[in-house]
Amino acid sequence: MSPIEAGTLPAASEFSAPTRPRGQLIELFWRRKILFLPLLVLAAFVVVGLSAPYFAPLSPTETALGMKLTPPTWLDGGVSKHPLGTDQLGRDIASRIIHGTRLSLMTALAGIVLSGAVGTALGLLAGYYGAWVDALVMRIADMTLAVHIYILAIVLAVVWGPGLKNVLLVTVFLLWSRYARQARAEVLSLKEREFVVAARALGVPAPRIMARHLLPNILASLIVLSTLQVGFVIVLEATLSFLGAGIPPPNPSWGVMVADGRALIASAWWVSTLPGLAILIVVLSVNLIGDAVRDTLDPRLRRL
Amino acid sequence: MRRYLVSRIFQAIITLWLLTLVAFLMARLSGNPLDVLLDARATDEDRVVMAQVLGLDRPLPVQYAIYLRDIARGDFGTSFKTRRSALSTVMERLPWTLELGTTSFLVSVLVAVPIGVVTAVRRGTAIDVAGKVLALLGQSLPTFWLGLMLILLFAVTLGWLPAGGTGSLAHLVLPSITLGWFTVAGIMRLVRSAMLDTLGEEFVVTARAKGLAEPKVVWKHALRNAVIPPLTYAGVVFVALLAGAVVTETVFAWPGVGQLVIEAITFRDFPVIQIIFLVFGAMYIGMNLVVDLLYGWADPRIRLAAGAPRR
Repeated sequence: MSPIEAGTLPAASEFSAPTRPRGQLIELFWRRKILFLPLLVLAAFVVVGLSAPYFAPLSPTETALGMKLTPPTWLDGGVSKHPLGTDQLGRDIASRIIHGTRLSLMTALAGIVLSGAVGTALGLLAGYYGAWVDALVMRIADMTLAVHIYILAIVLAVVWGPGLKNVLLVTVFLLWSRYARQARAEVLSLKEREFVVAARALGVPAPRIMARHLLPNILASLIVLSTLQVGFVIVLEATLSFLGAGIPPPNPSWGVMVADGRALIASAWWVSTLPGLAILIVVLSVNLIGDAVRDTLDPRLRRL
Repeated sequence: MRRYLVSRIFQAIITLWLLTLVAFLMARLSGNPLDVLLDARATDEDRVVMAQVLGLDRPLPVQYAIYLRDIARGDFGTSFKTRRSALSTVMERLPWTLELGTTSFLVSVLVAVPIGVVTAVRRGTAIDVAGKVLALLGQSLPTFWLGLMLILLFAVTLGWLPAGGTGSLAHLVLPSITLGWFTVAGIMRLVRSAMLDTLGEEFVVTARAKGLAEPKVVWKHALRNAVIPPLTYAGVVFVALLAGAVVTETVFAWPGVGQLVIEAITFRDFPVIQIIFLVFGAMYIGMNLVVDLLYGWADPRIRLAAGAPRR
């Protein structure tokens, strides 16, 4: 997957307001027990990632040139001290992947919370006020989707230097409009309902109507939307870091680690392969769960 | 219809205008080109002259107005690096990216359409589940890593195909698979959903009732009708492939526009960065406009809703 895909195809953005989501979710996992597998995998990564310093056998950044390019344990020349081998600077790949988990998951979380906040706020405003506010927000949304995201990211990396800030900015740039469209669409129908009309008639100020009456009613579907974005943001961060426009080395970003091994692909395949495998496993787990959650909470999309 | 047409075109123009604003600000943000163009021995006087030549001494709003005027005239400026027209600098590299984009698109369609059809026909069976897993796998594989893994398998281990560069048809195989892969999942879902709609239609029931062979019903009657909705997105998918080529071109050292992006930014070559940014943005906006107009043409409900006064 590549980040560009975001704007490509019709967004699966119209969710019906779920009823009793929690009960349905428990039922879902109970009925489709196979889903416990990705859930367990993901839980393992979260636990290991959050407590990286305890789990990682060695420092993720400490170099040991004498041990450089040691193969994984199961290959000839592998040593038990470095179960997944070492990279070109002799850093322990297992430890780097574990620390990279934390970085990756934290970035995804921050990116989604930021995009969700910006997008929801603008979507609420657009849906509630309509008229020119709506037109402006929607045109900006169209525009951000037309932005060549790699050009933006690389320019930012040149201007500010690569870093987390750029990754988050690019993420918000790509994702906010999904939340805005979702929030707007739901507010458009909600604002005609009696409880909102009544609140308005009683003279409740607009910001309060949005925060107290509209937001709680759209929150559930925004959370479903978020579960579908986690994998996307993880891949985006890795891709930007791979291009040198994301998290800079020597930080153990999975994208940086794959880039490190690029030139060594013929001689030391494990340097690129193993971090990429970590991305694949985590993102696949997230997507499997996100897909099932969406199917359950939104019957209209089940067929897709 | 005319009202819908006018309103959508007007919206597209506003979107494009907003995009030029971003392009302009981004290029000015990306550092002072004088630092790159002049070496350390340049005097302050040299810098002033150079700034005048490039129009960098005027206030930003004026620079932007001049910039818009030039774009409207089709004048995209001169590359700071090659001193030639920025447009021709980009055009030289475009064929490479178009070649890669086209073959990737073909790979993607050839893989995605049959799977989309089969998973729709065998809905709810193991084949459908396998297709779904494949789609999820497609969404979960980072493009850059997939490229490296293909190199590892087919170039390093098996030695069947070159690992990068250009020169023959064989050089095109791995990059095309890498780039094509990321749209497979999307196209597949579109085709599957359109097929499910079509298979329930009366003409399909009639064809079956007539005793037509099932493959003919599916692959001729149903697919021909189901392929229309996904087809409208072909242009959008193609633009996305071209834009996504940056990563694939980096992995395979493919000399297209994606590589030019990286060269131009390193050199702070504003005009070249801007033109690539604008061309891709305009293509994207244009393709989406086409999709909207096609749907508005085909479905009166869409154009009536858009033409109606806003609530």
